[in-house]
Amino acid sequence: MKLVKSGLFYLAVVVIVVIAVFPFYYAIITSFKTGTALFEVSYLPTEFNWDNYVSVFSQGEFPRNILNSVFVATMTVALALLLGVTASYALARVHFRGRTLLLLTILGVSMFPQIAVLAGLFELIRFVGIFNTPWALILSYTIFTLPFTVWVLTTFMRDLPIEIEEAAIVDGATPWVIITKVFMPLMWPALVTTGLLAFIGAWNEFLFALTFTSSNTTRTVPVAIALLSGATQYETPWGIIMAASVVVTIPLIILVLIFQRKIVAGLTAGGVKG
Amino acid sequence: MASIILRDVRKSYGAVDVIKGVDLEIEKGEFMVFVGPSGCGKSTLLRLISGLEDITSGDMMFDGERVNDLAPSKRGIAMVFQSYALYPHMKVYDNMAFGMKLAKAGPDEIRKRVESAAKLLQIDHLLDRLPKQLSGGQRQRVAIGRAIVRDPRVFLFDEPLSNLDAALRVATRLEIAKLHHSMGNVTMIYVTHDQVEAMTLADRICVLRDGLVMQVGSPTELYERPNSIFVAGFIGSPKMNFINGQIAKGFGAHTIGIRSEHVVVDNDNPVWRGDVVHAENLGSDNYLFVEMPGADEPVLVRQEGKTAIPYGASIGIRPIEGNLHRFDEKGTPIR
Repeated sequence: MKLVKSGLFYLAVVVIVVIAVFPFYYAIITSFKTGTALFEVSYLPTEFNWDNYVSVFSQGEFPRNILNSVFVATMTVALALLLGVTASYALARVHFRGRTLLLLTILGVSMFPQIAVLAGLFELIRFVGIFNTPWALILSYTIFTLPFTVWVLTTFMRDLPIEIEEAAIVDGATPWVIITKVFMPLMWPALVTTGLLAFIGAWNEFLFALTFTSSNTTRTVPVAIALLSGATQYETPWGIIMAASVVVTIPLIILVLIFQRKIVAGLTAGGVKG
Repeated sequence: MASIILRDVRKSYGAVDVIKGVDLEIEKGEFMVFVGPSGCGKSTLLRLISGLEDITSGDMMFDGERVNDLAPSKRGIAMVFQSYALYPHMKVYDNMAFGMKLAKAGPDEIRKRVESAAKLLQIDHLLDRLPKQLSGGQRQRVAIGRAIVRDPRVFLFDEPLSNLDAALRVATRLEIAKLHHSMGNVTMIYVTHDQVEAMTLADRICVLRDGLVMQVGSPTELYERPNSIFVAGFIGSPKMNFINGQIAKGFGAHTIGIRSEHVVVDNDNPVWRGDVVHAENLGSDNYLFVEMPGADEPVLVRQEGKTAIPYGASIGIRPIEGNLHRFDEKGTPIR
């Protein structure tokens, strides 16, 4: 009975892992195929050919697109965390009129579908004069990332003991010092989590990236991959697309693996009690 | 080392008045203890003095200087919190040095002050540890050390012993008392709900109730001459016996109060008679609960000697002359 139970458990684990990993696995083996082999279904690697990777980096503006993505995603994370941390300090710790209303409004913002604000945002971006620059994407991604960031950080900051803040006030700390020297070190797990999600969101975003950029040199990776074209307009270069997809997924996997270890829960344990 | 004067200090949160007009003078170098039941406003009063809360009206003076609107760090206070409130991510040394670093003191000066404070509290071997690697007692000592390093005019303690276990509490209490002696009479204000802490530590005790000062005085004064039935009942352990009704009328009072050590078993010459319903033997003392007709609750008697008295025995008891407290209907003493 026990054997059956654990057998079923591991079967479920295998199913979940296969479902989660298979698309990526298939992208990897496809990226090493060329020619007609691309269109043959095979579940094991049949070829090991780097041609697709070479052409991804040699043709078009792909390296530039990767740099754009890195820049946009990094700036989005930096901006979202800066605004998120300061906003959540106010929302969690400063008493002012309409605090709850403001929090709910922030939550409300995150409920708009992207497509609903696309036209308005486009006008805004043209008005500010940042169309077809990375700043257009940074601005729009930050807008959509902030509600989540602010909510998570606010909840986290509320749970930090008020006495620690008061001790810092008695020690002569200004709000900025409290945020940067006292709270931020305690909030690493929350910062890493929200930062990582903001990064992934910005890295993968497609609709805004497609709309707010118009030239090959300013595009980010998802759009660049979608617009990759073959020798003729009737040919979809699957091999190159798969190679590009693998290339842009790897940084995310590395980031998650690095920070997974950094998410040290219970960092506050011991400072307060027990 | 500051004298603190509070003049008609009030604090309200919206429509709720928490501190309802407190006048109090705390002298230089005094150890003042605020004591009272929970919700009496003692912690709020301490926070008003610290500056963590603003006072709604009234005046607060440190050494004659009005500090109503001064930030906590500018008042020259240091505070020790119940929950220690150490910075969890900083080592003990950095915890203690944080305030001085913010005040832009020189590194040599900081090191000197932190090390001497650590030596005083015997935590100099812990300076490289993180708070989570310390025991509760050590953490509280670090918190006290952090306060000492700031070299404050006034030390504020907000129930610093409440999170410690009983044995550690007594030991740390002693250390705080020693600290007060060794620090050259620095002014200390200490909040507690534990009247034993209040009695043992204080130069003077301030008893609070519902945001008002009930009585201020030395522990002996409060114990021997309480100016209200509330203070009489609050100060002293075990609690003072109160008797109403006919018995009290016989003494010309609405209520009479007598402490357990001021009642003796006297079968030959009894004033009251009653039955022993329970006895508690604490080793050094034997407490008898004597139920007598006309009293609502059993009268607690600290028994002299070790003569065993069986349960249910009918005994005679007698209050010791001159130690009886008489109170009128409003609870004020009749003297």
